[in-house]
Amino acid sequence: MTASRPVPALGKARVSKVPTVADVTLPNGLRVLAVRRTGVPLVELRLRIPFAGKGDGNVARAQLLGDTLLSGTDSRDASQIAVDLQSLGGQLHASNDADRLSISGSVLSSGFGGMLDLLGDLLTAASYPKEEVFAERDRLVQELAIHRSQASVVAREALLRRMYGEHPYGRELPSAAAVADVKPGQLRALHAKRVVPAGSVLTIVGDVQPAKAVAQIERKLAGWTAATKAATTPKLPKHVPGLALLLDRPGAVQTTIRMAGPAPARSSSEYAAASLANMVFGGYFSSRWTANIREDKGYTYGGHSVFEHPPAGSRLTVSVDVATDVTAPSVLETLYELGRIATVPVSQDELDQARRYAIGSLQLGAASQAGLASLISMLVGADLGVDYLRTFPRQLEQVTVDEVLAAAATWMAPTRLTTVLVGDVKTVAAPLEGLIAFERE
Amino acid sequence: MTASPQRTALEIDRFSLDNGLRVVVSPDASSPVVAVAVYYDVGMRSEPEGRTGFAHLFEHLMFQGSASLGKTEHFTYVQGSGGTLNGSTHVDYTNYYEVLPSNAAELALFLEADRMRSVALTQDNLDNQVAVVQNEIRVNVQNRPYGGFPWLSMPPVLYDSFANSHDGYGSFVDLESATLDDARQFFDRYYAPGNAVLTVVGDVKTEQVQGWVEEHFADIQARKTPKRPSFAEKPMSIERSGVVHDRLAPAPAVALAWRTTDPADFETYLPYVVLAEVLTDGDAARLQDRLLLRDRSVTSVGGYLGIMGDSYDARDPTPLMVEVHHPEETPVENVVGAIDEEIARLAADGLAGDELARTVARMTARYLRELDPFMGRAQQLAVFEQQRARAELVNELPGLLDSVTAESVQAAAATLRPDNRARLELRPGDAP
Repeated sequence: MTASRPVPALGKARVSKVPTVADVTLPNGLRVLAVRRTGVPLVELRLRIPFAGKGDGNVARAQLLGDTLLSGTDSRDASQIAVDLQSLGGQLHASNDADRLSISGSVLSSGFGGMLDLLGDLLTAASYPKEEVFAERDRLVQELAIHRSQASVVAREALLRRMYGEHPYGRELPSAAAVADVKPGQLRALHAKRVVPAGSVLTIVGDVQPAKAVAQIERKLAGWTAATKAATTPKLPKHVPGLALLLDRPGAVQTTIRMAGPAPARSSSEYAAASLANMVFGGYFSSRWTANIREDKGYTYGGHSVFEHPPAGSRLTVSVDVATDVTAPSVLETLYELGRIATVPVSQDELDQARRYAIGSLQLGAASQAGLASLISMLVGADLGVDYLRTFPRQLEQVTVDEVLAAAATWMAPTRLTTVLVGDVKTVAAPLEGLIAFERE
Repeated sequence: MTASPQRTALEIDRFSLDNGLRVVVSPDASSPVVAVAVYYDVGMRSEPEGRTGFAHLFEHLMFQGSASLGKTEHFTYVQGSGGTLNGSTHVDYTNYYEVLPSNAAELALFLEADRMRSVALTQDNLDNQVAVVQNEIRVNVQNRPYGGFPWLSMPPVLYDSFANSHDGYGSFVDLESATLDDARQFFDRYYAPGNAVLTVVGDVKTEQVQGWVEEHFADIQARKTPKRPSFAEKPMSIERSGVVHDRLAPAPAVALAWRTTDPADFETYLPYVVLAEVLTDGDAARLQDRLLLRDRSVTSVGGYLGIMGDSYDARDPTPLMVEVHHPEETPVENVVGAIDEEIARLAADGLAGDELARTVARMTARYLRELDPFMGRAQQLAVFEQQRARAELVNELPGLLDSVTAESVQAAAATLRPDNRARLELRPGDAP
């Protein structure tokens, strides 16, 4: 056996510079943020358009609007748009959630002007051609069926429905019937009403001169105007954890376990402590939960515990897929680790390690063009300035063991979480019965 | 209006140690971040018969501790310094990597050296990681619709030899049969310093890195480096076909695969990489245009080089793959027939006007985008140095893509025929 050697100490940390951001609101109401970052000759684009709506029909229309935004304008058909994008060395995708429509892409810096021309064309003259919309409707129905055949999707849909009911956050995916009902005219009307510059934010990061880029954007998107303003998402209902729900997936070799509850917003004074509590529990590989159920017991490939921050209310979601025959023991260990973080102080070492990880990962996330673009876009979307990159590490530095315990007790105690399990009921139900109260659908 | 070609000029320094370890350094102080990668020249193709999945299982064991590090300490040192880490097993290599704040650069090198010198192989860790890997297979394959399609289910249709055709994730029986002796032998044979390439990218100076590498790696004993055998197979002349039944899948799918030329020669290989893009990259590509925009007969179309989609990281033999998901109402014969027609049309008529230029423009953009994060650079430098002894290819690849000719792409298309391909259908539901 080779002898143990001393592990080298860390060198002196060099602190990341917070990037200089050109931040301008254009006459049409669009806010533009531009940052120069010259790693490779590319430009990243992130456009966030507030897009709140309610109900299955709305989710279907919003989804199809995103899926067919690139299917034609008054002057280009779908093939032409695809050819133009390729020629520029660009890619562009639209996606939506309950709060916004996101248009994200990247392009060779030599193609930046052409990309803005195309973006302007899409924003002002997307035509949602009948044939394309009908074809996409059929395709989306197929794709949804494929999506819903995954245990993780079944579990997430059930979890959100249980937490939020009829609130827009209760449904992320449309039903097949609602998709089949969508008419091209509805998409044109929805585009006119909701795809508007006021309240929207465009973030640009890459090999550009920020002032010139802003001027170019102002010129090329000048035609994008609207009288309407963006709509915002309604308030969340009060969270009632309820009984755990067990859904049957006959013959499944694993049980998909999801637990979730409300969480503090990024802007909250509790967030730094809550995020460190979550790290220690299960928020990164070096966590107690991973050490327990993976590295000690081998019940799973891995668990994840993460915050999501939709604007109407943040949430914590604890996710793990475990072998069917160890479902009840896995639930037992998960409840134990959640109970422990919520009732017993963490050690100073655990806290310091989680703190260094949280500070470091913020720095790593900002180190590429694409990472920085997504980070800035997210921060501005959450009404936080880029200054957050400076202030949040300071908040993390100051969090104490007591604050971690208080945050964990408030947000992570197991009785505060809504639980969904998807697995082979005939095998897992009996062992679970002695451990947790649950219902079947 | 095709965008003009774009280049990078990343600094590339290299040195090697007496024990055979090759090192490439690419300094870049634009962020206080460093990426470290170690590539071992062994992958799924090299695992012994009766030990399917062993290369990947062994990758897991490399995280279980070493002479100076207890179980889980590798993770806690990296993450506790603010970094992230992982490893992955491919058909031709196994990699380990960390991205960290640059003040942890020496720490990362120490951690990699310690496990290269003295990985701790214990029965408890082996038993534990067999269970973890089985759960990885459950979550990614057995409990997932289309799990392992086509990357695990195509090789036995396309190839004959055990090396090329077996399930690289492994059978549960083989995983459970793995012993500590197997692990020691595998480590001795394939994890020699001379069988590895180390890359360091980011906020470091080359002289500094050289000092650290000498301090931590130089006394790892040199061992014989295995010569990579040829895995080449004879050309096919009759179509091969297979069917998999997937009880979780709601709709059918079909994958087609053709053996291509040896990737070692980029001049003959890159036309196939471009061809895969001409056929399947986005709505302007031939198969998307035909199947999605015109026929409207399918749900999705994809295509790539390499069983695992690693176009620039593969060694011989490597296939061109096309994967299509389609509704039950579209007969699979129609899908395959349309693909045959489009390939035959390309082989007969060649590329249209600016088709090559715009395809290459986007390939270049995508390649550069992967190269922007330090980790992307560390990985690409390592694989080019390991497989081609030429890390400089990271800077040269865009130029090489630009020099691919329309004639060579057309000629590559002409080699994709119905009689020399493998075809794998996925049918929803239980096997009859």
